[in-house]
Amino acid sequence: MNLHESKIRFLEETANKIRKTIIEVLVEAKSGHTAGPLGMADIFTAFYFHILNHDPKNPNWEDRDRLILSNGHICPVRYVTMAEAGYFPKKELMTLRKINSRLQGHPHRTALPGVETTSGPLGSGLGQAAGVALAAKMDGKKYRTYCFMSDGEHDAGNTWESAMFIANNKLNNLTAVIDRNNIQIDGFTENVMPLESLRDKYESFGWHVLEIDGHNMQAIVDAVNEAKAIYEKPTVIIAHTIPGKGVSFMENDFKWHGTPPGASDMPGEPPKAEQAKLALKELRTLGGKIKSEHE
Amino acid sequence: MINKEAKLSPEVFKDDIKQAPTRNGYGEGLLVAGEADKNVVVLCADLTESTRSEAFSKKYPERFIEMGVAEQNMATIAAGLGISGKVPFISSYATFSPGRNWEQIRTTISYNDSNVKIAGSHAGVSVGPDGATHQAVEDIATMRVMANMKVFVPCDAVEAKKATVAAAKIWGPIYIRFAREKSPVFTTESTPYTPGKAEVFWESKKPQCAIIGCGPLLYNALLAAKELEKIKIGTIVLNNHTVKPMDERKIIEVAKKCGAVVTVEEHQVAGGMGSAVAEVLAKNYPTPQEFIGMQGVFGESGPPNEVIEKYGMGVKDIVSAVRRVVKRK
Repeated sequence: MNLHESKIRFLEETANKIRKTIIEVLVEAKSGHTAGPLGMADIFTAFYFHILNHDPKNPNWEDRDRLILSNGHICPVRYVTMAEAGYFPKKELMTLRKINSRLQGHPHRTALPGVETTSGPLGSGLGQAAGVALAAKMDGKKYRTYCFMSDGEHDAGNTWESAMFIANNKLNNLTAVIDRNNIQIDGFTENVMPLESLRDKYESFGWHVLEIDGHNMQAIVDAVNEAKAIYEKPTVIIAHTIPGKGVSFMENDFKWHGTPPGASDMPGEPPKAEQAKLALKELRTLGGKIKSEHE
Repeated sequence: MINKEAKLSPEVFKDDIKQAPTRNGYGEGLLVAGEADKNVVVLCADLTESTRSEAFSKKYPERFIEMGVAEQNMATIAAGLGISGKVPFISSYATFSPGRNWEQIRTTISYNDSNVKIAGSHAGVSVGPDGATHQAVEDIATMRVMANMKVFVPCDAVEAKKATVAAAKIWGPIYIRFAREKSPVFTTESTPYTPGKAEVFWESKKPQCAIIGCGPLLYNALLAAKELEKIKIGTIVLNNHTVKPMDERKIIEVAKKCGAVVTVEEHQVAGGMGSAVAEVLAKNYPTPQEFIGMQGVFGESGPPNEVIEKYGMGVKDIVSAVRRVVKRK
């Protein structure tokens, strides 16, 4: 089903707004990851503003869809999207990583309603999602479980143990989304520990595999709809994304994986204020482009 | 002499006392817990028979989840079930769970506050012939150090059943430790059991030392108390089945009454139940203490009792430790 032109524009503009807020929040926090959150802003926006069956005012609603974030380090994008969707006041975003904050550096379930699981240590999100999806099957619940994962965490054995389990138990109510941005802390994934062919690996594990442009709203929505229609298998959506999306000097550069804009240990980068200013300027330009494309 | 209120088996000191492994109590407890609560589910990592998950898997196949040899995955899937209204028990050998999957337990069960029960079988060197790879002697330490985790160490099959049933009713992460080998069944259905409450099993008229034990070795502590009584050294034997949260009040009370303590556990003395007792006493009532347990070495293959004795956890070792610590007063 094609999204209405105005809906696509709304989603794209919301995602860009979220990117700008991510930069502002990370500058204030003085630490945290940059590339992943920017790269996943479109997907998070599509889910929170179109796909998920959820209620920001009632985050513990029993029948809500569950969105489990396995690679917890990209939580700035989740926090910003949740605030934008109305889970909590936006001003609270500026407490990220500070003392007494509900916004822990890596998300903590009991600290902030709506984050679903505590995560950060890689490779353990897909298993938790499997447990949540299995509980739904046992109880005849109709909610769907989504698991967002990084590509890098496919180095971890636990991920593949879970992939095997999910296929064996035919958990078709679970859809995994892999942020295939090709970077991890130590470098490009194919240099650190080659993952390709990721598609073949999942197919041989008994999954239905879809590959999409992770910045195309229509493609994201279509893939999720297709996943819902696949009955015999779980589906994994390999979303090709550009890490650092929207900021030219951050895009596709693994140095930005775990660094906030302006961190002192970034050799050869502009100083903090200037860097953030530059990033925000580029995102404003991108915002202008989105606007003109839809007019 | 035996504390009558403990309602121990009348056969407690008979040579032919009934024997059963504590893992049997787990299997029986699961059936009771499963009947009482339809949300109880059991996961097992390819060790269904030997962890005694089998009876549950037959009675409630729709609530039994076979994991294959994947203990890390078992912890994470249980974590997901435990935050979705289920009461999962994960079953394997303690060296693998909570051994191999410690970080998953820390992040996705304990910190995540998921309602998961971790059943570690084959704990201690009494595993015997399988050797040190399968003898968990670190699990009490690695579990009790974890925030939000409770630790139960039942002393016989009857208490193991009670601990399993109790764990299903207490919300939150709990580690329960079981043994492979048969050991005397010296408690009864009437023996008082409340998690977090230590029970006096033996009390002499003028006790000079408190023997604080947990797990099947507690039976050796009772035998040692009987021997010591003959040479006029009175003792108290305390069943310290809940290592965390520990019954601090009772520990301090027996330390004050006796002035000396020997702790007994089939576990490394570093970080184990004895260390936990020492932490309580150092802060509240510093008391001379001797530690029966593994002294920083791995076990080895052999008949269970011979391994126990070789590594200094036999009755005579407990008797010597009591004599030593009494002299230190």
